[in-house]
Amino acid sequence: MTAVLSILKSGASRKVKFLALFIAVLATLSLVRMWADVLDLTSRGTISAALGLAVPIGLAGLGGLWAERAGVVNIGLEGMMILGTFGAGWLGWQYGPWAGLLGAILFGLLGGGIFALATVTFGVDQIIAGTAINILGLGFAQFFAKIAFSKAPGGGPTQSPSISALPTFTFDRLSDPLVSLHGKGYFIISELAGLISGVFFRLSILTVFSAGLFAATAFILWRTPFGLRLRSVGENPHAADSLGVNVYLYKYIGVLTSGVMAALGGAFLAIAASGVYREGQTGGRGFIGLATMIFGNWRPGGTAIGAGLFGYIDALRLRDANGTAMRAIVLLGALALIVLAILAIRKKRYQVVFGLGITAAVLISWFLLTTALPREVALVAPYLATLLVLAFASQRLRPPAADGIPYRKGESK
Amino acid sequence: MFKRIDTLIAPLVAVAFSVLFGSIILLVFGANPIETFIRMIEYASTPRSMTLILNSATTYYFSAVAVAIGFKMNLFNIGVNGQYRLATAVAALVAGYITFPGYLGIVVIIAISMLVGAAWAGIAAWLKVARGVSEVISTIMLNFIAIGLIAYLMAPTVLGVKTAENVIGTPIIPAGNRFPGVSLPTAPIPVYGMIFLAVALGFGYWYLLNRTRFGFDLRAVGMSPTAAVASGVNVKRMTVYAMLLSGAVAGLVGLPLLLGAQYTFTVNFPGNYGFTGIAIALLGRNHPVGIAFGALLWAFLDVSAQILDLTGVPREIIVIMQGVIVLSVVIAYEVTRRVKVRRQQAAVGSAGQ
Repeated sequence: MTAVLSILKSGASRKVKFLALFIAVLATLSLVRMWADVLDLTSRGTISAALGLAVPIGLAGLGGLWAERAGVVNIGLEGMMILGTFGAGWLGWQYGPWAGLLGAILFGLLGGGIFALATVTFGVDQIIAGTAINILGLGFAQFFAKIAFSKAPGGGPTQSPSISALPTFTFDRLSDPLVSLHGKGYFIISELAGLISGVFFRLSILTVFSAGLFAATAFILWRTPFGLRLRSVGENPHAADSLGVNVYLYKYIGVLTSGVMAALGGAFLAIAASGVYREGQTGGRGFIGLATMIFGNWRPGGTAIGAGLFGYIDALRLRDANGTAMRAIVLLGALALIVLAILAIRKKRYQVVFGLGITAAVLISWFLLTTALPREVALVAPYLATLLVLAFASQRLRPPAADGIPYRKGESK
Repeated sequence: MFKRIDTLIAPLVAVAFSVLFGSIILLVFGANPIETFIRMIEYASTPRSMTLILNSATTYYFSAVAVAIGFKMNLFNIGVNGQYRLATAVAALVAGYITFPGYLGIVVIIAISMLVGAAWAGIAAWLKVARGVSEVISTIMLNFIAIGLIAYLMAPTVLGVKTAENVIGTPIIPAGNRFPGVSLPTAPIPVYGMIFLAVALGFGYWYLLNRTRFGFDLRAVGMSPTAAVASGVNVKRMTVYAMLLSGAVAGLVGLPLLLGAQYTFTVNFPGNYGFTGIAIALLGRNHPVGIAFGALLWAFLDVSAQILDLTGVPREIIVIMQGVIVLSVVIAYEVTRRVKVRRQQAAVGSAGQ
């Protein structure tokens, strides 16, 4: 572990660092799998389910990222996601899944547009506007679902008729041998086998598409002049304005993209995950997406890792029959905290070390004293993780400097 | 006098705009808006509906005051949902398992609810003052953690019991621990007795804000933290107090329903009164009387919407109208504020010449 830390500290290239981190994660998973005796921790089914659960969370997080990078805090992601599920269901059952995606995009633009009108044009408080969008999105979807689906064949007031499925890829020749390799239980190798077999098992085309959106976001926002301008609007709009950037325009673009991303997350739920629009389908994923983005330090890579982690925990919860996987989660959490504590010792921040140490000790003793844990552990874990990151690592978090501050041209703050 | 009119304009414009918006939707779907609104008012005028309106308004009032206490200090308590759900769950467990002599039970239950609500809000307060975590984010996270905690507490293996077919919740609360209600003439169901507590809370809130040192400091920090610090206010301490107070009031939100009608807490206990509270606090401008009108309006919309399904328009149109009210009221506030600033600037400018 310390070897990995020293690699991370050293001047090695990002690729080497990433590889070292990846192997360390696999080794930790492997150790936990052996210690807690849960083979399902990295099985094909778990990884595949985790990926499916991570995508909507990740897209919501990406939505949050686009808005906040342009300086607008978006807690209306949940409402925009709901609009997306409705758009996907409405056009999806009539004209097929691709039209469903288009429907989600249109409704995402609608949600983002209303939000942008309130926060950018009128400059009202962003938290309040976000709350209003959550109410509006829910109301719109429920109202129009009743009108659109009540009389449709196979539909009801709260559910659309089924949407035909999008293609999925299964690479049996690659996936099946790896599953048997995973079953052997080798150190690290089995974890890698399980991971790869899970990724290439019933891979939805939407998952590939979403991964592409992450890559595109990272490229556009950090490697193009357009992205630099958009981020400058989130950091210091007055300076951006003085350099000739149209602040309102860039904020609009950020917020509209945000709405589209969140709505696409909703579309994934409706089209790929369940094949119907259903009331209450989003289940707070917009808020998990927000947590994911904060957890990921307002960056696409971090957001993706956060979404993967939260999706993984959720997958374990759904597949956990006897509470043993929950024990494994607790152990994983404890190990993660210990790593953070070691980092904090090096920085001589002893108050943080104390807090992390106590929490880790509690978790480990919980692990040792029980044989099975309640499933609610997984329900709480993403939010608890985000709160811990905020409480003990907030010095390392760097939100955009002008995030959440309404901007008026010519009025300096 | 003009100040009063200024304050009233924004909410009235917002409600009018929402009615207009609702009318357009009604017209699009082939219903006569005027007829529909008249039917809604007729339906809401029956004793049964009026009781339901007063009952909902009681619940909303607690929630909105909890939010307003935070708003006065520019604190955003998004966590009322989590605070009242956890508080109500714990209160329901205590009330369901323990019997107290006389009215002691009600007092104990209310106290426990307020303590749990305050404690849950206290976590967010601590995170804010000690670790600099925005209360918006931390309370959103705490809302979901509370849901997990409640799901755990309500599990049949922990403290939950089977109260009806396929329903797991807390044991049914015995008669001694229930809050007695009062009936309107000829109404089939009673009005929550806690409505009197809501009125008392309104007076208390007004007194606290306008007649005490604490309220003055609270408003001072809300208007200008730097000026407050300069005059010797400890902003961190005020943040903690305001958050605790807001959480304690939030702890009351679920009690009217729990002790006045439902008598058991299940996982399906209504969970969104917190966001309603935010909307109503905004509509009522954080003023005790304004909030009361806001709560009544909201409750009226909720109850009278029940008739809409019969007229062929989905009643969820009300949720859209409520969303429109929130959005347009904040836009109206912002526009009137800007107009006022411009007027002031013009006045200062002309005085200088």
